[in-house]
Amino acid sequence: MLLVYCPHCDVERAETEFSCRGQAHIARPSDPSQTSDEDWVNYLYVRANTKGVYAERWRHIHGCGRFFNAVRDTVSDKFLKFYKAGESMPDLEALAKEAGK
Amino acid sequence: MKRYSFLELAKNAFSAHQNWGRQWRSPEPKAEYDVVIVGAGGHGLATAYYLAKQHGIRNVAVIEKGWLGGGNTGRNTTIVRSNYLWEESAALYNHAIGLWQGLSQDLNYNVMYSSRGVMMLAHTVHDVQVAQRHIHANRLAGVQNEWLTPEQAREYCPPLNISKNIRYPVMGAALQRVGGTARHDAVAWGYARGADDLGVDIIQNCAVTGIKRGQDGAVEGVETSKGFIKAKKIGVVAAGHTSTVMDMAGVRMPLESYPLQALVSEPVKPAFPCVVMSNTIHAYISQSDKGELVIGAGTDQFISYSQTGGIHITNHTIDAICELFPHFRRMRMLRNWGGIVDVTPDRSPILSKTPVPGLYVNCGWGTGGFKATPGSGHVFAHTIAKDEPHRINAPFTIDRFRTGRLIDEAAAAAVAH
Repeated sequence: MLLVYCPHCDVERAETEFSCRGQAHIARPSDPSQTSDEDWVNYLYVRANTKGVYAERWRHIHGCGRFFNAVRDTVSDKFLKFYKAGESMPDLEALAKEAGK
Repeated sequence: MKRYSFLELAKNAFSAHQNWGRQWRSPEPKAEYDVVIVGAGGHGLATAYYLAKQHGIRNVAVIEKGWLGGGNTGRNTTIVRSNYLWEESAALYNHAIGLWQGLSQDLNYNVMYSSRGVMMLAHTVHDVQVAQRHIHANRLAGVQNEWLTPEQAREYCPPLNISKNIRYPVMGAALQRVGGTARHDAVAWGYARGADDLGVDIIQNCAVTGIKRGQDGAVEGVETSKGFIKAKKIGVVAAGHTSTVMDMAGVRMPLESYPLQALVSEPVKPAFPCVVMSNTIHAYISQSDKGELVIGAGTDQFISYSQTGGIHITNHTIDAICELFPHFRRMRMLRNWGGIVDVTPDRSPILSKTPVPGLYVNCGWGTGGFKATPGSGHVFAHTIAKDEPHRINAPFTIDRFRTGRLIDEAAAAAVAH
């Protein structure tokens, strides 16, 4: 079980308090009627599924209920960074380098 | 290939079984192959076997990063069944059931397929309705599946607790008698031996590091840790690592890779006659021929390549099993492990050509690929050999995510994803 830090509550809690909601920073197409089928596929279904450093969404369902993002190494499952939803994506390569990956 | 027989067994008994030959070669890669299969699990080896046997394409290599059958083929709970909801899936898995029945004879290798029956429990009114809908759909699709009352379920599986006093009482069950188990390692070994005998090179401990494409976009070969290998066609059968391998060819996949766990108990005398699954409370149990209880747990909620999972996931399954089978409460668990499963958005596999000429992909089996091994290899070999899908895997394209013709087994697969 992972230990997850909620940047809204400023606490570290067991993973069972949280719900993981998949890859972060996937933007919904801003003009649906002009969006091609390929772009819809990319938005709806295609995921990076990275083996390595990856940004994902979490929600503190049994706490504040709010969304936040985390950067995690999907090989070791170690978290490298937590940040609030709405903040821009950190430099994943720099974080990977820092973690010695 | 030296055929295994009773006579051979008797002959080798005189030399204390020290002189059985190797089952397959360990060749160095050739410079060029007609087909390179990436991944020597059950599906990859079966693909190579049927390419050589049914399509006469024998200049084939199966390239494996680790050892053959060391990924999900050696990590699953060995269940075989075909009671899926949609006709497309039922046809695919039933095709596999057909092949399972004669597989030991075909491969001259005992894969220990045992049709001991797969029973899926219903605990709520909704479960009962869903199970009966499955049974009717299966009957229309020519797939065997039948409804049991709680009493009939206990008759079929005497250890089952059908008391009304448990948290999720058993309200009935769907039974597929032709379902059961097979020896997972033997499936990989049997296909490896059969393919090797037909001239297929199985190259272990050789990681694919790149896929080379030519000016016209078509594949030219694979970069590996043992150098460049030219290939006219490439079939990727890399399970949890499919996204990683397909990235090398510039194809992004609708997949996410999750750890799925299983565990086994200490071995005991035969105590459990069939396979029992419960989707609602997530129990998943059978007994191996060695005597261990084989228990399947769920996936973690996040993607991972760690081949381990959270202990609360296994706990959840054990809780359910202790309630349904109280006499297992004092059993000790020996080992648990995880495998990385590639899950598609509609929980159905992809067996398909790709936008890249000469590149084919067989993936997305999620939490339940083992049961399909023979059928998957059979139709994927057809797809590679003919450059067009077999009638059975024609619906399982990558393109279905663009056209919207999904095969939505999310609720129909037995295990909650």
